[in-house]
Amino acid sequence: MAELIPTLVFYFFAAVTVLSGVMVISARNPVHSVLFLILAFCSSAGLFVLIGAEYLAMTLVIVYVGAVAVLFLFVVMMLDIDIEELRKGFLSYLPMGIAVSLLVFFELFVVFYFSIKMPASLVAVQQPIPDSSQVSNTEAIGNVLYTYYLYPFQMAGIILLIAMIGAIVLTLRSRKGVRRQNIGKQISRRPEDAMTIVKVQSGQGIS
Amino acid sequence: MEHHFFGSVGIFHYLVVSSMLFTLGICGIFINRKNIITILMSIELILLSVNINFVAFSVKLGDLTGQIFAMFILTVAAAEAAIGLAILVIYFRNRGSIAVEDVNMMKG
Repeated sequence: MAELIPTLVFYFFAAVTVLSGVMVISARNPVHSVLFLILAFCSSAGLFVLIGAEYLAMTLVIVYVGAVAVLFLFVVMMLDIDIEELRKGFLSYLPMGIAVSLLVFFELFVVFYFSIKMPASLVAVQQPIPDSSQVSNTEAIGNVLYTYYLYPFQMAGIILLIAMIGAIVLTLRSRKGVRRQNIGKQISRRPEDAMTIVKVQSGQGIS
Repeated sequence: MEHHFFGSVGIFHYLVVSSMLFTLGICGIFINRKNIITILMSIELILLSVNINFVAFSVKLGDLTGQIFAMFILTVAAAEAAIGLAILVIYFRNRGSIAVEDVNMMKG
């Protein structure tokens, strides 16, 4: 019984993940696709928790559900998309898509099937997972990440910075015909440049 | 002998789930040729399946390196989504649609 419950939970999460994956690629409305993508990520976070990768599960929820999926939602809702236009050709591409994906699945299955008899590991374990009752998953990852993978970690940060700058540069635009304040020009105005004093003859206007 | 994570669930179960997700991602790229948003989401599905593979092998081999590498994949996936959506936004701004078959108009 104690072994049955985690197994059932695994099958539940796995089924939800795969079914929401199916819905992601087949939903008519892109907004529904994004919502099913969120569901797929949440349930695979559940799969990660089941085998003891809690930190990665939480990261998945925060990064994907909190950032990437919201980004997708923003873009999908911001753009005025003709859904019917996008669905054109769906049925004509379907046989090709199913054939190719069955081929890919078959290849993966062949690889799994023939590698299951191989020895478990051909190389020595580099960073052994400590006992989870002593050291939590997050602490273990932190110990390894900041000790042995410091430079790759910094590189990941630089990649994110480059992506941020790239996204800003791509989407920033200067519109024509918009009247903006030019603060420097405004505060550098002097009375001598802006005003003239005219002596008006009495009885005559200013020409 | 096969190592079990819990109950009767072993690495093979996780690999089957991940290969199904991978296949769904490939299939999504093929059947949604016109819809670049769904293509981007299919790429996210593929990266998720790779992450599941990494974590499953990490737990099976008792090696934390897999989980750390999965974190880097997460980083790259987030960057890729941001850049892809930015390109999509400027494409829509220029063309008024996101029909990807017109992308090659700049080919000359």
